[in-house]
Amino acid sequence: MITLSDIPPRAGAWLTPQIVVFTAILATAPLWLGTIGLYQYLGIEIAIWMIYALGFNLLFGYGGLHSFGHGAYLGIGAYAFGLFQHHVGVSLWGGLLAAVFAAGIAGALVGAAVSHRRGIYFALLTNAYGQVFWFSAIKLHWLTGGEDGLLNIPRPTLDLGFARVDLNDNMALYFFVATALVVSVVLLWRIANSPFGRVLQAVRQNESRTAFVGYDVWWFKWAAFVISTLFAGFAGGLFAMAQESAYPDIMSLHQSGLIVMMVLVGGGLVGFWGPVYGVVLYFVARDVLGTLTETWLLWYGLMFMAVVMFRPEGLAGALHVSARRLPFRAAPRRASVGPA
Amino acid sequence: MALIEAQNIHKRFGARVVLEDISLAFEEGQVSGIMGPNGAGKTTCFHVLTGRYKPDRGTIRFDGVDIAGRTPQALARMGISRSFQIMSLFDQSAVIENVMIALPEFRTRRRRLADSVFNDAGLLDAAREILDQVGLAGREWEPSASLPYGDRRALEIGVALAARPRVLFLDEPTSGLGAEATRNLAELIRRLRARYTIVMIEHDMQFLFDLADRISVVHWGQVIAEGTPAALRTNKWVQRSALGERG
Repeated sequence: MITLSDIPPRAGAWLTPQIVVFTAILATAPLWLGTIGLYQYLGIEIAIWMIYALGFNLLFGYGGLHSFGHGAYLGIGAYAFGLFQHHVGVSLWGGLLAAVFAAGIAGALVGAAVSHRRGIYFALLTNAYGQVFWFSAIKLHWLTGGEDGLLNIPRPTLDLGFARVDLNDNMALYFFVATALVVSVVLLWRIANSPFGRVLQAVRQNESRTAFVGYDVWWFKWAAFVISTLFAGFAGGLFAMAQESAYPDIMSLHQSGLIVMMVLVGGGLVGFWGPVYGVVLYFVARDVLGTLTETWLLWYGLMFMAVVMFRPEGLAGALHVSARRLPFRAAPRRASVGPA
Repeated sequence: MALIEAQNIHKRFGARVVLEDISLAFEEGQVSGIMGPNGAGKTTCFHVLTGRYKPDRGTIRFDGVDIAGRTPQALARMGISRSFQIMSLFDQSAVIENVMIALPEFRTRRRRLADSVFNDAGLLDAAREILDQVGLAGREWEPSASLPYGDRRALEIGVALAARPRVLFLDEPTSGLGAEATRNLAELIRRLRARYTIVMIEHDMQFLFDLADRISVVHWGQVIAEGTPAALRTNKWVQRSALGERG
């Protein structure tokens, strides 16, 4: 199986052709989403989950740290956004900052506890902490609204100084979320290709060797955990705004498993864009297969099994291998890992 | 004064005592060897000296500073670097990245989230210089996993050298190497000895006796003999056990 490091090491560019194409697709999506039988709100959902999945993949794909309780931080972000609107004041930036901050604090505490571990112990600990947060969200009725969750979370107005944008309009919200996604992509792309990102990949490949060349492995694992929870919290805040509610289900084990499936099917272990493919595949499966059969999740599950068995590198890996085979891309192996 | 001086190091795992008040000293600028039968405690000794294991008691002084129990990353930053008996590389990365990541100038930028790596000519040149030293010039962008075994051994030494160490610990560097690769490795160590203090564990007695200035013989977790290769050739235990001579 090819891995993330088979993708060429790159010099740090803030913008790449892929990011430009991705931005163009996002910018034009409202024009063609309807024509292919989809709807505007789906675009919002997909964009939010892409932020979540890309941040998660910094930990999962780049760091090789398999968190199975990451839904907790999406949920904490969602609750923090809602609680801010209900108890502090209706503010877009205040709510999003609260979401990022709350998820980051939770991530820093849990990360400190789990970063001494690796492999199955790391996975199980993240799962256990995820369950603690999920259970707390259900039981702390006075704070979270219990199983009903927080309802009637307002969508604050976006104040640009020269103009005010009403985000109750789904089109406006879509462009806001899409802009947030592009900013997240640029930031995560830079982080993945920074010295920090390269050391994180070294930790994934050989933790012991990384320590013996002078790196504090615990710190890198912790920092990757915190960064991924910051993005999860941000996505959670946007999710609460889009749904106008926050509820315990998004923190459940089921939801934490979904993000893992999305990243694996898309090829997050192989490429930066893997989580993006994975999120699109999931939501298209849900909305297209879902109109055909109630058992769409069964078919999605079978697709996941097929990918794991026959194409463990996921869609991104399959595309990468196919691109290598193109006649005009054929090049010796040594060139394929040279700097882009 | 010895650059590294370990005194009365004791290490046990449960009921099993692996190092029993062992004392070793490695002089600066020399190639020091450690030999002994399997299970003698040689690799455990390396692990203790390079920070993987904390000794139960005893002192380890590096250039006068007590380093017993310090972490591998702390020791790497102080100038203690090592290779492993079982190859330990970043197998999914290109050859040059294996070396780059170990460079101190890379390490100083480790927490930068928006810095560049592969367009930094200084870093690339420094890594190329190391690869040149270990005979891997021109193979920078090959995946390290695709290198032949002997070249992977050389790369492992390159990774250790990239950390700009004062002391280089090599754990059975000829393990798994054929005759030609062993000769190449001996040549490499001869070139390196002028610049680094080298300590190596080795089972290939010819290799060790040709290269080492001093050798310590470890058995049952204790040093049972030490001296120059010439002096050790007259040692009865060494003759019988290691050199395969009958007497």
